[in-house]
Amino acid sequence: MTEPILRIDDLSKRFGGVQALKDVSFDVFPGDVLGIIGPNGSGKTTIVNSITGFIKPTSGRIYFNGKNITGKPPHKIADMGVTRTFQIMRPYHSLPAYKNLVIPLFSPRAKRTGGWRGGGHLGNRQTIAIDILEEIGFERDSYIPFKKTSTLPTGYLKRLELARCLALKPEIIICDEVFSGLSMSEIASMVPLIERLQDEGITIVMIEHRLRELFQVANRVMVLNFGEKLIEGSPSEVMADERVKTAYFGSEKVEEVMTYA
Amino acid sequence: MTTQQSRKERIDRGIKVRSDGLYALMSWRELTYLTLPRFILIAGMLALPFLVPGMYWQRVISIVCIYAILALSFDFLAHYVGLVSLGGAFFIGTGGYIAGILNSYFSIPPFLTVPLAAIIGGAFCTLLLLPCLPLKGVYFAIVTLMYPLFMARIIEAFDIFGGTDGLVGIDSFSSAFLEQYFVICMVLIFLFGIRRFVTTDRGLIFTAIMDNDQAVKASGINITRYKALAVFIASAMGCMAGGCLTHIYMWSGISQFALDFSILPIAATVIGGSGTLVGPLIGCLILVPVSELLRDFGTLRIVFYASILVGFILFRSDGIMEFGQRKYEQFERWTNI
Repeated sequence: MTEPILRIDDLSKRFGGVQALKDVSFDVFPGDVLGIIGPNGSGKTTIVNSITGFIKPTSGRIYFNGKNITGKPPHKIADMGVTRTFQIMRPYHSLPAYKNLVIPLFSPRAKRTGGWRGGGHLGNRQTIAIDILEEIGFERDSYIPFKKTSTLPTGYLKRLELARCLALKPEIIICDEVFSGLSMSEIASMVPLIERLQDEGITIVMIEHRLRELFQVANRVMVLNFGEKLIEGSPSEVMADERVKTAYFGSEKVEEVMTYA
Repeated sequence: MTTQQSRKERIDRGIKVRSDGLYALMSWRELTYLTLPRFILIAGMLALPFLVPGMYWQRVISIVCIYAILALSFDFLAHYVGLVSLGGAFFIGTGGYIAGILNSYFSIPPFLTVPLAAIIGGAFCTLLLLPCLPLKGVYFAIVTLMYPLFMARIIEAFDIFGGTDGLVGIDSFSSAFLEQYFVICMVLIFLFGIRRFVTTDRGLIFTAIMDNDQAVKASGINITRYKALAVFIASAMGCMAGGCLTHIYMWSGISQFALDFSILPIAATVIGGSGTLVGPLIGCLILVPVSELLRDFGTLRIVFYASILVGFILFRSDGIMEFGQRKYEQFERWTNI
Protein backbone atom coordinates (compact mmCIF):
# COMPACT_ATOMS: atom_id res chain seq x y z
CA MET A 1 0.00 0.00 0.00
CA THR A 2 1.46 3.34 -1.01
CA GLU A 3 1.43 6.26 1.35
CA PRO A 4 -1.25 8.84 0.59
CA ILE A 5 0.08 12.11 -0.81
CA LEU A 6 -2.76 13.99 0.83
CA ARG A 7 -4.56 12.79 3.94
CA ILE A 8 -7.57 14.60 5.33
CA ASP A 9 -8.49 13.64 8.90
CA ASP A 10 -11.85 14.50 10.46
CA LEU A 11 -12.02 17.90 8.80
CA SER A 12 -14.75 20.17 10.16
CA LYS A 13 -15.59 23.76 9.40
CA ARG A 14 -18.28 25.84 10.98
CA PHE A 15 -19.29 29.27 9.66
CA GLY A 16 -21.28 30.73 12.55
CA GLY A 17 -24.40 28.60 12.71
CA VAL A 18 -23.68 26.68 9.52
CA GLN A 19 -21.80 23.42 9.72
CA ALA A 20 -20.15 23.48 6.30
CA LEU A 21 -18.06 20.37 6.84
CA LYS A 22 -18.48 17.65 9.42
CA ASP A 23 -15.73 15.13 10.14
CA VAL A 24 -14.76 14.52 6.54
CA SER A 25 -11.83 12.14 6.07
CA PHE A 26 -10.29 10.90 2.86
CA ASP A 27 -6.95 10.01 1.32
CA VAL A 28 -5.54 10.98 -2.04
CA PHE A 29 -2.87 8.68 -3.48
CA PRO A 30 -0.10 9.68 -5.89
CA GLY A 31 -1.37 9.58 -9.47
CA ASP A 32 -5.02 9.63 -8.44
CA VAL A 33 -7.72 11.58 -10.14
CA LEU A 34 -10.18 11.98 -7.32
CA GLY A 35 -13.56 13.49 -8.10
CA ILE A 36 -15.51 15.24 -5.38
CA ILE A 37 -19.17 15.71 -6.18
CA GLY A 38 -22.21 16.80 -4.27
CA PRO A 39 -25.21 19.11 -4.51
CA ASN A 40 -24.84 22.88 -4.12
CA GLY A 41 -23.79 23.90 -0.63
CA SER A 42 -22.48 20.48 0.31
CA GLY A 43 -19.06 21.84 1.24
CA LYS A 44 -16.94 21.04 -1.81
CA THR A 45 -15.29 24.43 -2.16
CA THR A 46 -14.85 24.61 1.62
CA ILE A 47 -12.69 21.48 1.35
CA VAL A 48 -10.56 23.13 -1.34
CA ASN A 49 -10.23 26.32 0.69
CA SER A 50 -9.26 24.36 3.81
CA ILE A 51 -6.63 22.26 2.07
CA THR A 52 -5.03 25.22 0.34
CA GLY A 53 -5.05 27.42 3.45
CA PHE A 54 -7.53 30.04 2.32
CA ILE A 55 -9.69 29.28 5.35
CA LYS A 56 -8.72 27.70 8.64
CA PRO A 57 -10.69 24.57 9.52
CA THR A 58 -12.50 24.50 12.86
CA SER A 59 -11.04 21.11 13.63
CA GLY A 60 -9.27 18.28 11.89
CA ARG A 61 -5.88 17.73 10.32
CA ILE A 62 -4.55 17.88 6.78
CA TYR A 63 -1.33 16.05 5.92
CA PHE A 64 0.65 16.48 2.74
CA ASN A 65 3.33 13.84 2.23
CA GLY A 66 3.05 13.07 5.93
CA LYS A 67 3.57 16.70 6.98
CA ASN A 68 0.85 18.53 8.83
CA ILE A 69 -0.16 21.55 6.75
CA THR A 70 -3.31 22.49 8.65
CA GLY A 71 -3.70 26.23 9.06
CA LYS A 72 -0.58 27.20 7.09
CA PRO A 73 -0.91 30.33 4.95
CA PRO A 74 -1.87 29.80 1.27
CA HIS A 75 1.48 30.81 -0.18
CA LYS A 76 3.34 28.28 1.99
CA ILE A 77 1.00 25.48 0.92
CA ALA A 78 1.30 26.47 -2.74
CA ASP A 79 5.05 26.55 -2.21
CA MET A 80 4.96 22.88 -1.20
CA GLY A 81 3.29 21.98 -4.48
CA VAL A 82 -0.40 21.89 -3.57
CA THR A 83 -2.01 24.20 -6.11
CA ARG A 84 -5.57 25.09 -6.87
CA THR A 85 -7.80 26.75 -9.43
CA PHE A 86 -10.63 29.05 -8.46
CA GLN A 87 -14.23 28.35 -9.34
CA ILE A 88 -14.73 32.04 -10.07
CA MET A 89 -11.70 32.72 -12.21
CA ARG A 90 -9.14 35.05 -10.74
CA PRO A 91 -6.93 36.25 -13.56
CA TYR A 92 -4.99 39.52 -13.54
CA HIS A 93 -7.33 41.58 -15.70
CA SER A 94 -5.04 44.44 -16.52
CA LEU A 95 -2.13 42.29 -17.73
CA PRO A 96 -1.72 40.46 -21.05
CA ALA A 97 -2.67 36.78 -20.79
CA TYR A 98 0.89 35.41 -20.83
CA LYS A 99 1.97 37.79 -18.05
CA ASN A 100 -0.50 35.95 -15.81
CA LEU A 101 2.03 33.12 -15.85
CA VAL A 102 5.07 35.32 -15.45
CA ILE A 103 3.81 36.12 -11.93
CA PRO A 104 3.85 32.53 -10.59
CA LEU A 105 7.21 32.01 -12.30
CA PHE A 106 8.57 34.59 -9.85
CA SER A 107 7.51 32.48 -6.86
CA PRO A 108 10.17 30.80 -4.70
CA ARG A 109 8.88 27.39 -5.74
CA ALA A 110 9.28 28.11 -9.45
CA LYS A 111 12.80 29.35 -8.78
CA ARG A 112 13.63 26.16 -6.91
CA THR A 113 12.06 23.69 -9.30
CA GLY A 114 12.82 25.48 -12.55
CA GLY A 115 9.15 26.10 -13.23
CA TRP A 116 6.91 23.98 -15.38
CA ARG A 117 8.53 20.59 -16.14
CA GLY A 118 11.66 21.85 -14.40
CA GLY A 119 14.95 22.28 -16.18
CA GLY A 120 13.89 25.54 -17.76
CA HIS A 121 16.27 28.12 -16.43
CA LEU A 122 14.13 31.04 -15.46
CA GLY A 123 16.16 33.59 -17.38
CA ASN A 124 13.35 33.73 -19.86
CA ARG A 125 10.09 33.63 -17.99
CA GLN A 126 8.08 34.95 -20.91
CA THR A 127 9.11 32.04 -23.16
CA ILE A 128 8.17 29.53 -20.48
CA ALA A 129 4.85 31.31 -19.99
CA ILE A 130 4.01 31.03 -23.68
CA ASP A 131 5.11 27.38 -23.74
CA ILE A 132 2.69 26.62 -20.92
CA LEU A 133 -0.12 28.47 -22.68
CA GLU A 134 0.43 26.44 -25.85
CA GLU A 135 0.47 23.23 -23.84
CA ILE A 136 -2.77 24.17 -22.14
CA GLY A 137 -4.58 24.86 -25.42
CA PHE A 138 -4.01 28.44 -26.45
CA GLU A 139 -3.59 28.35 -30.23
CA ARG A 140 0.01 28.10 -31.33
CA ASP A 141 1.46 31.24 -32.89
CA SER A 142 -1.73 33.20 -32.33
CA TYR A 143 -2.00 36.64 -30.83
CA ILE A 144 -4.28 35.40 -28.03
CA PRO A 145 -1.53 35.04 -25.36
CA PHE A 146 -0.73 38.71 -25.91
CA LYS A 147 -4.29 39.97 -25.58
CA LYS A 148 -5.37 41.76 -22.45
CA THR A 149 -6.77 39.20 -20.02
CA SER A 150 -10.01 41.10 -19.47
CA THR A 151 -10.92 40.56 -23.13
CA LEU A 152 -10.57 36.76 -23.06
CA PRO A 153 -13.65 34.49 -23.05
CA THR A 154 -14.43 32.10 -20.19
CA GLY A 155 -12.88 29.07 -21.87
CA TYR A 156 -9.46 30.68 -21.96
CA LEU A 157 -9.74 32.00 -18.42
CA LYS A 158 -10.47 28.50 -17.11
CA ARG A 159 -7.37 27.26 -18.93
CA LEU A 160 -5.41 30.16 -17.52
CA GLU A 161 -6.38 28.99 -14.01
CA LEU A 162 -4.91 25.58 -14.76
CA ALA A 163 -1.88 27.13 -16.39
CA ARG A 164 -1.12 29.14 -13.26
CA CYS A 165 -0.96 25.88 -11.31
CA LEU A 166 1.29 24.28 -13.92
CA ALA A 167 3.75 27.16 -13.75
CA LEU A 168 4.56 26.11 -10.19
CA LYS A 169 5.43 22.55 -11.24
CA PRO A 170 2.76 21.21 -8.89
CA GLU A 171 2.45 17.85 -7.21
CA ILE A 172 -1.28 18.22 -6.75
CA ILE A 173 -3.75 20.34 -8.66
CA ILE A 174 -7.11 20.86 -7.01
CA CYS A 175 -9.53 21.92 -9.72
CA ASP A 176 -12.58 23.74 -8.46
CA GLU A 177 -15.12 23.27 -11.27
CA VAL A 178 -12.88 23.78 -14.27
CA PHE A 179 -15.61 22.50 -16.59
CA SER A 180 -18.42 24.76 -15.43
CA GLY A 181 -19.43 27.51 -17.81
CA LEU A 182 -17.74 25.82 -20.76
CA SER A 183 -19.41 24.61 -23.95
CA MET A 184 -19.56 20.91 -24.77
CA SER A 185 -16.74 21.21 -27.30
CA GLU A 186 -14.56 23.14 -24.89
CA ILE A 187 -15.05 20.48 -22.25
CA ALA A 188 -14.29 17.79 -24.82
CA SER A 189 -10.90 19.42 -25.38
CA MET A 190 -10.24 19.83 -21.66
CA VAL A 191 -10.69 16.11 -20.86
CA PRO A 192 -7.57 14.94 -22.75
CA LEU A 193 -5.67 17.77 -21.12
CA ILE A 194 -6.53 16.46 -17.66
CA GLU A 195 -5.51 12.97 -18.76
CA ARG A 196 -2.20 14.30 -20.03
CA LEU A 197 -1.48 16.01 -16.72
CA GLN A 198 -2.22 12.73 -14.95
CA ASP A 199 0.25 10.97 -17.25
CA GLU A 200 2.89 13.49 -16.21
CA GLY A 201 2.47 12.27 -12.65
CA ILE A 202 0.42 15.12 -11.27
CA THR A 203 -2.20 14.09 -8.75
CA ILE A 204 -5.54 15.72 -9.45
CA VAL A 205 -8.52 16.42 -7.24
CA MET A 206 -11.53 17.58 -9.23
CA ILE A 207 -14.62 19.20 -7.90
CA GLU A 208 -17.20 18.98 -10.58
CA HIS A 209 -20.85 19.14 -11.47
CA ARG A 210 -20.38 17.77 -14.98
CA LEU A 211 -20.59 14.12 -13.98
CA ARG A 212 -20.30 12.50 -17.38
CA GLU A 213 -16.98 14.17 -18.17
CA LEU A 214 -15.74 13.71 -14.62
CA PHE A 215 -16.36 9.95 -14.74
CA GLN A 216 -14.25 9.74 -17.91
CA VAL A 217 -11.16 10.92 -16.06
CA ALA A 218 -11.68 10.10 -12.38
CA ASN A 219 -10.60 6.77 -10.93
CA ARG A 220 -12.27 7.43 -7.60
CA VAL A 221 -15.23 9.59 -6.63
CA MET A 222 -16.31 10.95 -3.27
CA VAL A 223 -19.80 12.27 -2.66
CA LEU A 224 -20.57 15.01 -0.16
CA ASN A 225 -23.98 15.95 1.16
CA PHE A 226 -24.62 18.69 3.72
CA GLY A 227 -20.97 18.71 4.72
CA GLU A 228 -20.75 14.99 5.35
CA LYS A 229 -19.09 12.28 3.33
CA LEU A 230 -21.77 10.07 1.81
CA ILE A 231 -19.74 7.47 -0.04
CA GLU A 232 -16.38 6.99 -1.71
CA GLY A 233 -15.60 4.52 -4.46
CA SER A 234 -15.19 3.89 -8.15
CA PRO A 235 -17.43 5.93 -10.48
CA SER A 236 -19.69 2.98 -11.20
CA GLU A 237 -20.15 2.13 -7.52
CA VAL A 238 -21.02 5.72 -6.75
CA MET A 239 -23.50 5.99 -9.59
CA ALA A 240 -25.27 2.83 -8.50
CA ASP A 241 -25.69 4.02 -4.92
CA GLU A 242 -29.25 4.89 -3.95
CA ARG A 243 -28.17 7.51 -1.38
CA VAL A 244 -26.31 9.47 -4.04
CA LYS A 245 -29.31 9.54 -6.33
CA THR A 246 -31.51 10.70 -3.50
CA ALA A 247 -29.07 13.40 -2.45
CA TYR A 248 -28.85 14.78 -5.95
CA PHE A 249 -32.34 14.42 -7.32
CA GLY A 250 -34.64 13.88 -4.36
CA SER A 251 -36.39 10.57 -3.86
CA GLU A 252 -38.96 10.74 -6.68
CA LYS A 253 -37.34 11.86 -9.91
CA VAL A 254 -34.40 9.49 -9.83
CA GLU A 255 -35.42 7.26 -12.73
CA GLU A 256 -36.16 10.14 -15.05
CA VAL A 257 -32.90 12.01 -14.54
CA MET A 258 -30.56 9.03 -14.38
CA THR A 259 -31.23 8.27 -18.02
CA TYR A 260 -29.39 11.49 -18.85
CA ALA A 261 -26.49 11.08 -16.51
CA MET B 1 -35.80 71.17 -39.66
CA THR B 2 -32.26 70.45 -40.70
CA THR B 3 -30.48 67.21 -40.10
CA GLN B 4 -26.91 67.19 -39.00
CA GLN B 5 -24.58 67.62 -41.94
CA SER B 6 -21.23 66.86 -40.40
CA ARG B 7 -19.73 64.81 -37.66
CA LYS B 8 -16.54 64.87 -35.71
CA GLU B 9 -14.06 62.15 -36.47
CA ARG B 10 -11.03 61.22 -34.48
CA ILE B 11 -7.94 60.25 -36.43
CA ASP B 12 -4.94 58.48 -34.98
CA ARG B 13 -1.63 60.08 -35.84
CA GLY B 14 0.06 56.72 -35.55
CA ILE B 15 2.51 58.05 -33.02
CA LYS B 16 1.87 55.33 -30.48
CA VAL B 17 2.40 52.53 -32.96
CA ARG B 18 5.47 54.02 -34.56
CA SER B 19 7.22 55.03 -31.39
CA ASP B 20 6.49 51.87 -29.42
CA GLY B 21 9.39 49.57 -28.58
CA LEU B 22 11.92 48.86 -31.31
CA TYR B 23 9.93 50.72 -33.97
CA ALA B 24 11.11 53.97 -32.44
CA LEU B 25 14.58 53.28 -33.82
CA MET B 26 13.34 53.33 -37.41
CA SER B 27 14.03 56.99 -37.97
CA TRP B 28 14.80 60.24 -36.24
CA ARG B 29 11.19 61.30 -36.56
CA GLU B 30 9.89 58.30 -34.61
CA LEU B 31 12.62 58.77 -32.07
CA THR B 32 11.62 62.40 -31.68
CA TYR B 33 7.97 61.49 -31.16
CA LEU B 34 9.11 59.26 -28.33
CA THR B 35 11.72 61.43 -26.68
CA LEU B 36 10.50 64.98 -27.22
CA PRO B 37 7.75 65.02 -24.56
CA ARG B 38 10.13 63.48 -22.06
CA PHE B 39 12.90 65.87 -23.03
CA ILE B 40 10.59 68.86 -22.63
CA LEU B 41 9.61 67.65 -19.17
CA ILE B 42 13.18 67.12 -18.01
CA ALA B 43 14.53 70.32 -19.55
CA GLY B 44 11.54 72.28 -18.29
CA MET B 45 12.01 71.03 -14.76
CA LEU B 46 15.73 71.77 -14.80
CA ALA B 47 15.17 75.25 -16.24
CA LEU B 48 12.43 76.09 -13.77
CA PRO B 49 14.62 77.88 -11.18
CA PHE B 50 15.78 80.29 -13.90
CA LEU B 51 12.32 80.87 -15.34
CA VAL B 52 10.58 82.09 -12.20
CA PRO B 53 11.05 85.57 -10.76
CA GLY B 54 12.56 86.11 -7.36
CA MET B 55 13.47 84.15 -4.27
CA TYR B 56 9.89 83.66 -3.18
CA TRP B 57 8.83 81.76 -6.27
CA GLN B 58 12.03 79.74 -6.29
CA ARG B 59 11.07 78.54 -2.85
CA VAL B 60 7.63 77.64 -4.24
CA ILE B 61 9.37 75.40 -6.78
CA SER B 62 11.03 73.46 -3.97
CA ILE B 63 7.63 73.04 -2.33
CA VAL B 64 6.12 71.91 -5.65
CA CYS B 65 8.78 69.21 -5.83
CA ILE B 66 8.13 68.10 -2.25
CA TYR B 67 4.45 67.68 -3.02
CA ALA B 68 5.27 66.02 -6.35
CA ILE B 69 7.33 63.33 -4.59
CA LEU B 70 4.42 62.73 -2.21
CA ALA B 71 1.93 62.60 -5.06
CA LEU B 72 4.17 60.15 -6.92
CA SER B 73 4.30 57.90 -3.90
CA PHE B 74 0.51 58.08 -3.59
CA ASP B 75 0.03 57.29 -7.28
CA PHE B 76 2.43 54.35 -7.09
CA LEU B 77 0.72 52.85 -4.03
CA ALA B 78 -2.83 53.48 -5.18
CA HIS B 79 -2.65 52.58 -8.85
CA TYR B 80 0.15 50.05 -9.05
CA VAL B 81 -0.17 48.24 -5.71
CA GLY B 82 -3.82 48.89 -4.87
CA LEU B 83 -3.22 50.42 -1.44
CA VAL B 84 -5.01 53.75 -1.12
CA SER B 85 -2.84 55.64 1.32
CA LEU B 86 -3.76 58.90 2.97
CA GLY B 87 -0.45 58.81 4.80
CA GLY B 88 1.32 61.70 3.06
CA ALA B 89 1.37 63.65 6.31
CA PHE B 90 2.64 60.60 8.20
CA PHE B 91 5.57 60.20 5.80
CA ILE B 92 6.41 63.92 5.71
CA GLY B 93 6.19 64.27 9.47
CA THR B 94 8.25 61.17 10.20
CA GLY B 95 10.94 62.08 7.66
CA GLY B 96 10.92 65.70 8.79
CA TYR B 97 11.36 64.87 12.46
CA ILE B 98 14.06 62.28 11.79
CA ALA B 99 16.05 64.76 9.71
CA GLY B 100 15.49 67.42 12.37
CA ILE B 101 16.57 65.18 15.24
CA LEU B 102 19.66 63.93 13.38
CA ASN B 103 20.66 67.48 12.55
CA SER B 104 19.96 69.29 15.81
CA TYR B 105 20.94 66.55 18.30
CA PHE B 106 23.77 64.86 16.40
CA SER B 107 24.70 67.75 14.04
CA ILE B 108 24.73 65.55 10.98
CA PRO B 109 24.84 67.69 7.79
CA PRO B 110 21.74 67.91 5.51
CA PHE B 111 23.24 65.76 2.76
CA LEU B 112 23.39 62.83 5.14
CA THR B 113 20.22 63.49 7.13
CA VAL B 114 18.00 63.41 4.04
CA PRO B 115 18.99 59.93 2.84
CA LEU B 116 19.05 58.72 6.46
CA ALA B 117 15.57 60.13 6.98
CA ALA B 118 14.44 58.25 3.88
CA ILE B 119 15.82 54.90 5.05
CA ILE B 120 15.06 55.13 8.78
CA GLY B 121 11.71 56.81 8.16
CA GLY B 122 10.78 54.29 5.48
CA ALA B 123 11.56 51.42 7.83
CA PHE B 124 9.67 53.08 10.70
CA CYS B 125 6.54 53.79 8.61
CA THR B 126 6.60 50.30 7.10
CA LEU B 127 6.87 48.77 10.56
CA LEU B 128 3.89 50.73 11.85
CA LEU B 129 1.83 49.95 8.74
CA LEU B 130 2.78 46.27 8.73
CA PRO B 131 -0.23 45.11 10.78
CA CYS B 132 -2.56 46.97 8.39
CA LEU B 133 -1.23 45.42 5.19
CA PRO B 134 -3.93 42.74 4.98
CA LEU B 135 -6.48 45.58 4.94
CA LYS B 136 -7.71 46.76 1.60
CA GLY B 137 -9.23 49.88 0.07
CA VAL B 138 -10.87 52.30 2.44
CA TYR B 139 -9.78 50.45 5.61
CA PHE B 140 -6.11 50.90 4.80
CA ALA B 141 -6.84 54.54 3.96
CA ILE B 142 -8.43 55.13 7.38
CA VAL B 143 -5.49 53.66 9.26
CA THR B 144 -2.96 55.71 7.30
CA LEU B 145 -5.05 58.80 8.01
CA MET B 146 -4.98 58.04 11.73
CA TYR B 147 -1.21 57.69 12.13
CA PRO B 148 -0.22 61.37 11.55
CA LEU B 149 -2.79 62.48 14.16
CA PHE B 150 -1.47 59.81 16.50
CA MET B 151 2.15 60.95 16.06
CA ALA B 152 1.33 64.64 16.47
CA ARG B 153 -0.61 63.99 19.69
CA ILE B 154 2.19 61.87 21.13
CA ILE B 155 4.77 64.60 20.48
CA GLU B 156 2.42 67.17 21.98
CA ALA B 157 1.44 65.15 25.03
CA PHE B 158 4.92 63.95 26.02
CA ASP B 159 6.53 67.25 25.04
CA ILE B 160 9.33 65.45 23.22
CA PHE B 161 11.37 66.83 20.30
CA GLY B 162 10.58 70.42 21.21
CA GLY B 163 6.91 69.74 21.88
CA THR B 164 4.51 72.17 20.25
CA ASP B 165 7.32 74.58 19.34
CA GLY B 166 9.08 71.96 17.24
CA LEU B 167 12.79 71.72 16.60
CA VAL B 168 14.25 75.07 15.61
CA GLY B 169 17.63 76.19 14.30
CA ILE B 170 18.12 73.31 11.90
CA ASP B 171 20.74 73.78 9.18
CA SER B 172 19.52 74.73 5.73
CA PHE B 173 20.99 73.44 2.48
CA SER B 174 24.24 75.25 1.76
CA SER B 175 22.65 77.28 -1.05
CA ALA B 176 19.22 77.91 -2.52
CA PHE B 177 20.51 76.73 -5.89
CA LEU B 178 21.62 73.42 -4.42
CA GLU B 179 18.34 73.00 -2.57
CA GLN B 180 16.25 73.46 -5.71
CA TYR B 181 18.33 71.19 -7.90
CA PHE B 182 18.43 68.52 -5.25
CA VAL B 183 14.64 68.27 -5.00
CA ILE B 184 14.14 68.65 -8.76
CA CYS B 185 16.60 65.82 -9.45
CA MET B 186 14.91 63.69 -6.81
CA VAL B 187 11.53 64.17 -8.48
CA LEU B 188 12.92 63.23 -11.89
CA ILE B 189 14.82 60.21 -10.54
CA PHE B 190 11.77 58.91 -8.68
CA LEU B 191 9.48 59.59 -11.64
CA PHE B 192 11.53 57.69 -14.20
CA GLY B 193 12.70 55.10 -11.69
CA ILE B 194 9.19 54.10 -10.70
CA ARG B 195 7.97 54.27 -14.28
CA ARG B 196 10.71 51.79 -15.19
CA PHE B 197 10.18 49.61 -12.12
CA VAL B 198 6.43 49.07 -12.55
CA THR B 199 6.84 47.87 -16.11
CA THR B 200 9.45 45.23 -15.30
CA ASP B 201 8.17 41.71 -14.78
CA ARG B 202 8.95 41.91 -11.08
CA GLY B 203 7.07 45.20 -10.87
CA LEU B 204 4.09 43.46 -12.43
CA ILE B 205 3.74 41.37 -9.26
CA PHE B 206 2.47 44.54 -7.58
CA THR B 207 -0.12 45.05 -10.31
CA ALA B 208 -1.09 41.40 -9.96
CA ILE B 209 -1.62 41.88 -6.22
CA MET B 210 -3.86 44.84 -7.00
CA ASP B 211 -5.84 42.84 -9.57
CA ASN B 212 -6.24 39.68 -7.57
CA ASP B 213 -4.39 39.07 -4.34
CA GLN B 214 -5.92 35.61 -3.85
CA ALA B 215 -4.45 34.39 -7.12
CA VAL B 216 -1.02 35.71 -6.15
CA LYS B 217 -1.25 33.82 -2.85
CA ALA B 218 -2.27 30.70 -4.75
CA SER B 219 0.86 31.18 -6.87
CA GLY B 220 3.03 30.61 -3.82
CA ILE B 221 4.06 34.23 -3.41
CA ASN B 222 4.03 35.93 -0.02
CA ILE B 223 1.98 39.03 -0.77
CA THR B 224 2.63 40.66 2.59
CA ARG B 225 6.32 40.85 1.75
CA TYR B 226 5.65 42.51 -1.57
CA LYS B 227 3.14 44.91 -0.05
CA ALA B 228 5.66 45.79 2.65
CA LEU B 229 8.28 46.44 -0.01
CA ALA B 230 5.89 48.73 -1.88
CA VAL B 231 5.01 50.60 1.31
CA PHE B 232 8.72 50.94 2.09
CA ILE B 233 9.43 52.43 -1.34
CA ALA B 234 6.52 54.86 -1.05
CA SER B 235 7.19 55.86 2.54
CA ALA B 236 10.93 56.27 1.96
CA MET B 237 10.08 58.68 -0.85
CA GLY B 238 7.70 60.57 1.42
CA CYS B 239 10.21 60.65 4.28
CA MET B 240 12.92 61.93 1.97
CA ALA B 241 10.56 64.74 0.94
CA GLY B 242 9.92 65.39 4.63
CA GLY B 243 13.64 65.58 5.35
CA CYS B 244 14.07 68.12 2.55
CA LEU B 245 11.15 70.14 3.87
CA THR B 246 12.73 70.34 7.31
CA HIS B 247 15.97 71.70 5.90
CA ILE B 248 14.15 74.10 3.59
CA TYR B 249 12.21 75.66 6.47
CA MET B 250 15.07 75.07 8.95
CA TRP B 251 12.41 73.82 11.32
CA SER B 252 10.44 70.69 12.03
CA GLY B 253 7.23 70.75 13.97
CA ILE B 254 3.83 69.26 14.53
CA SER B 255 2.35 71.02 11.51
CA GLN B 256 4.38 68.66 9.34
CA PHE B 257 1.78 66.08 10.33
CA ALA B 258 -0.95 68.38 8.95
CA LEU B 259 -3.61 66.94 6.72
CA ASP B 260 -2.56 69.16 3.77
CA PHE B 261 0.26 66.76 3.04
CA SER B 262 -2.22 63.93 2.64
CA ILE B 263 -4.89 65.79 0.70
CA LEU B 264 -3.01 67.93 -1.79
CA PRO B 265 -1.08 65.02 -3.37
CA ILE B 266 -4.37 63.21 -3.95
CA ALA B 267 -5.93 66.29 -5.52
CA ALA B 268 -2.86 66.68 -7.71
CA THR B 269 -3.04 63.04 -8.76
CA VAL B 270 -6.70 63.31 -9.71
CA ILE B 271 -6.10 66.50 -11.68
CA GLY B 272 -2.95 65.28 -13.39
CA GLY B 273 -4.27 61.84 -14.22
CA SER B 274 -4.24 58.88 -11.90
CA GLY B 275 -1.98 55.99 -12.71
CA THR B 276 0.13 58.00 -15.16
CA LEU B 277 2.92 58.86 -12.66
CA VAL B 278 3.80 62.03 -14.58
CA GLY B 279 0.27 63.32 -14.03
CA PRO B 280 0.77 63.90 -10.29
CA LEU B 281 3.81 66.05 -11.07
CA ILE B 282 1.79 68.15 -13.51
CA GLY B 283 -1.01 68.38 -10.95
CA CYS B 284 1.42 69.69 -8.33
CA LEU B 285 2.90 72.18 -10.82
CA ILE B 286 -0.61 73.63 -11.14
CA LEU B 287 -2.05 73.28 -7.66
CA VAL B 288 0.83 74.45 -5.48
CA PRO B 289 1.45 77.79 -7.26
CA VAL B 290 -2.31 78.41 -7.40
CA SER B 291 -2.48 77.79 -3.70
CA GLU B 292 0.36 80.30 -3.16
CA LEU B 293 -1.51 82.89 -5.20
CA LEU B 294 -4.54 82.33 -3.02
CA ARG B 295 -2.60 82.65 0.20
CA ASP B 296 -4.45 85.87 1.04
CA PHE B 297 -7.71 83.99 1.35
CA GLY B 298 -6.39 81.94 4.28
CA THR B 299 -8.23 78.74 4.97
CA LEU B 300 -10.68 79.44 2.16
CA ARG B 301 -7.98 77.91 -0.02
CA ILE B 302 -9.27 74.52 1.00
CA VAL B 303 -12.65 75.41 -0.46
CA PHE B 304 -10.91 76.28 -3.68
CA TYR B 305 -9.03 72.97 -3.84
CA ALA B 306 -12.17 71.08 -3.07
CA SER B 307 -14.01 72.82 -5.91
CA ILE B 308 -11.21 72.06 -8.37
CA LEU B 309 -11.19 68.46 -7.22
CA VAL B 310 -14.95 68.05 -7.55
CA GLY B 311 -14.89 69.72 -10.96
CA PHE B 312 -12.18 67.43 -12.24
CA ILE B 313 -13.79 64.29 -10.84
CA LEU B 314 -17.11 65.21 -12.49
CA PHE B 315 -15.97 66.55 -15.84
CA ARG B 316 -12.46 65.30 -16.53
CA SER B 317 -12.02 62.26 -14.35
CA ASP B 318 -9.19 60.89 -16.51
CA GLY B 319 -7.04 63.94 -15.71
CA ILE B 320 -4.89 66.32 -17.72
CA MET B 321 -2.28 63.75 -18.69
CA GLU B 322 -4.69 61.32 -20.35
CA PHE B 323 -6.33 64.22 -22.14
CA GLY B 324 -2.98 65.56 -23.31
CA GLN B 325 -1.83 62.16 -24.44
CA ARG B 326 -4.97 61.69 -26.48
CA LYS B 327 -4.50 65.07 -28.13
CA TYR B 328 -0.89 64.17 -28.87
CA GLU B 329 -1.73 60.82 -30.42
CA GLN B 330 -4.98 61.70 -32.16
CA PHE B 331 -6.59 64.70 -33.74
CA GLU B 332 -10.20 65.54 -34.36
CA ARG B 333 -11.83 67.10 -37.38
CA TRP B 334 -15.27 67.79 -38.76
CA THR B 335 -16.30 65.88 -41.86
CA ASN B 336 -19.40 66.09 -44.01
CA ILE B 337 -21.63 63.09 -43.90
